[in-house]
Amino acid sequence: MEITVAEALIRCLEQENVELVFGYPGGAILPVYDALNKTTIKHILVRHEQGAAHAADGYARVTGKVGVCLATSGPGATNLITGIANAYMDSVPMVVITGQVSTGMVGTDAFQEVDITGITIPITKHNFLVKDPNQLPVIVKKAFHLASTGRPGPVLIDLPKDVAMEKIKFKYPKTVVLPGYKPTFKGHPSMVQQAGRIIMESERPVIYAGGGIRIANASPELLQLAEKINAPVTHTLMGLGCFPGDHPLFLGMLGLHGTKYANQAVTECDCLIAVGARFDDRVVSKISGFAPTAKIIHIDIDPAEIGKNVRIQLPIVGDVKNVLGALLPQLEKKENAPWLARIRQLKEEFPLHYDRNGCLKPQFVVEKLNEYKDDRAIVVTDVGQHQMWAAQYMRFKEPRCFLSSGGLGAMGFCLPAAVGAKLGAPDRTVITVIGDGGIQMTMQELGTAAEQKLPLKIFVLNNQRLGMVRQLQDFYCQKRHVAVDFQFNLDFAELGRLYGMEGYTVETAQQLEKLLPEVLASPKPVLVNCMVDPEENVLPMVLDGANINEAVD
Amino acid sequence: MRHTLAVLVENNPGVLARVAGLFSRRGFNIDSLAVGRTDNPAVSAMTIVVEGDDRYLEQVNKQLHKLVDVIRISDITRDAYVDRELVLIKVSADSNKRAEIMQLVDIFRARIVDVGPKSLTIEVTGNDGKISAFEESLRPFGIKELVRTGKIAMLRGFKASSKNNVHKEEDES
Repeated sequence: MEITVAEALIRCLEQENVELVFGYPGGAILPVYDALNKTTIKHILVRHEQGAAHAADGYARVTGKVGVCLATSGPGATNLITGIANAYMDSVPMVVITGQVSTGMVGTDAFQEVDITGITIPITKHNFLVKDPNQLPVIVKKAFHLASTGRPGPVLIDLPKDVAMEKIKFKYPKTVVLPGYKPTFKGHPSMVQQAGRIIMESERPVIYAGGGIRIANASPELLQLAEKINAPVTHTLMGLGCFPGDHPLFLGMLGLHGTKYANQAVTECDCLIAVGARFDDRVVSKISGFAPTAKIIHIDIDPAEIGKNVRIQLPIVGDVKNVLGALLPQLEKKENAPWLARIRQLKEEFPLHYDRNGCLKPQFVVEKLNEYKDDRAIVVTDVGQHQMWAAQYMRFKEPRCFLSSGGLGAMGFCLPAAVGAKLGAPDRTVITVIGDGGIQMTMQELGTAAEQKLPLKIFVLNNQRLGMVRQLQDFYCQKRHVAVDFQFNLDFAELGRLYGMEGYTVETAQQLEKLLPEVLASPKPVLVNCMVDPEENVLPMVLDGANINEAVD
Repeated sequence: MRHTLAVLVENNPGVLARVAGLFSRRGFNIDSLAVGRTDNPAVSAMTIVVEGDDRYLEQVNKQLHKLVDVIRISDITRDAYVDRELVLIKVSADSNKRAEIMQLVDIFRARIVDVGPKSLTIEVTGNDGKISAFEESLRPFGIKELVRTGKIAMLRGFKASSKNNVHKEEDES
């Protein structure tokens, strides 16, 4: 029996076990929406396409599955861009489906036409324009395969309206042929052996763990490695949660706003084991001062990341779970007692700290949230000061508990990503830590959350300004503040109430402590507007051009 | 150092844009890029000439590899290879200069492909050295226009820098 390409697309999604898709309809994608009538796949109607992309991203980060979003041609497609770029930078598996004007009109500047495959080449792992109706099943199969294997990422399928309405015989391929795509899964045995030797010879090893651990589900192997060789573990922003935050070997985040002890440990170590991390500039700062005395072992599935930013001694290309699995038997138990004593000393000497006096401190809010949240709660942040405080002061026991826009640093990520996260993990508490700037970028998605009856716990760290930019202007522009103070401030508690949430405003530590247990336990959606000290800075901070162990504190 | 990359790509729409876009957004400089179909219509061969040190070339290589349409990359710079470029040159040629120009054409084993009342159009193939030498010797006569194809290259001997049997039909099972 013949079915339309649009129906075939939905059948393909069913074959890929897609449970829900995030989207926003429109003219060119009409046939696909029509086909959604005949499926059990749930469609989540967002309020802006950017929200669809971020929600699919949040869903994918929490579940480990491929997130799917839909939008129409032209503005629908361009509104997705930030979300696609965000997923690309953080290696999130996503399949993005856009409608396109009919093939006869492509290239004529037709109504709502943009060259979305052209636009998204630099921010997708790959993309497809469907021209031959019969190729659709093969393309969808390829898209899911590409998105979810190797280093994951977003893949876009652009589907012209006339192609979507053509009829084809549906057959979903079992395998894909991609001659140019063969990610290396197993690490090279001799490299793994050499890594084992370097580690066994080291006296001051440090593990630098990134988001690749979460992607490869390699947390158990990471824990075994760290305990076997007694190496402290520091994390990138994306790596938080991959190693238990309450473990004695936990060093917290490194880099620009990393802990002083993590940065000092990296500076002093003689062996740095980078696992699923990419030596981002926010981690490394000045290249020549980064781990200057260390032999660096870099384990990553993407060969292009190896040697890109920092010169390394030993590359191992492969799936980090597989490589760590192969590496563990090469190692013997190590104690490194003097090194661990040094680490303890660093931790005591340079703890994270802030002035607890005066008005409500933003660090206090995240600290208390950390205290009252349950271990499996998912924390979603936006981008800015609050994000860094959450990364510094919150502790996670398992991966996929901390969602944040890392590589792109996209304000507006938080709310829609929280919607996606809650839909992906309905039985878990989803807490958002968000600034008063970021919430106003995508707050229309409160409508989506209300419609889907999602009991999100939204904590707005409200300093009535763009705190991170103000901090940068303090440090780099001699406190000349431009465009960082909001002259108009809305009542976020009231905003929450308008969307059917319980809304509160807290101004003191006592009010917050009284409110927290109650609202976290409540089954209702809650928005807590926390009026925090607008003068607080995120510290430590490595200034431009400094080495990572020279942070201002 | 100047490197010559023999790159095999799937002959999909947009593949040239993907490769060219990669070079521009990563800040890599292309000296020349020539592209055309191989004996397998599903596969195209690109010859890319790019200047840079080894570390730079490693990044070019790895980033190119990340493109799903790129099947294979061989840096053939250090191997023995044959390279050719075709150049068309239109040169001013009054009747009193023609004999001299035709002598040069002979020496360089070039060919005259068009004769006008005041100009000659010459086709020459060869490697970099030969082509620049020819260009220099024609310069005094006045070069009106010059178009080059970019370099194409192939390894010497039996070894192939590009295997063409890499593309199989999609498995429809």
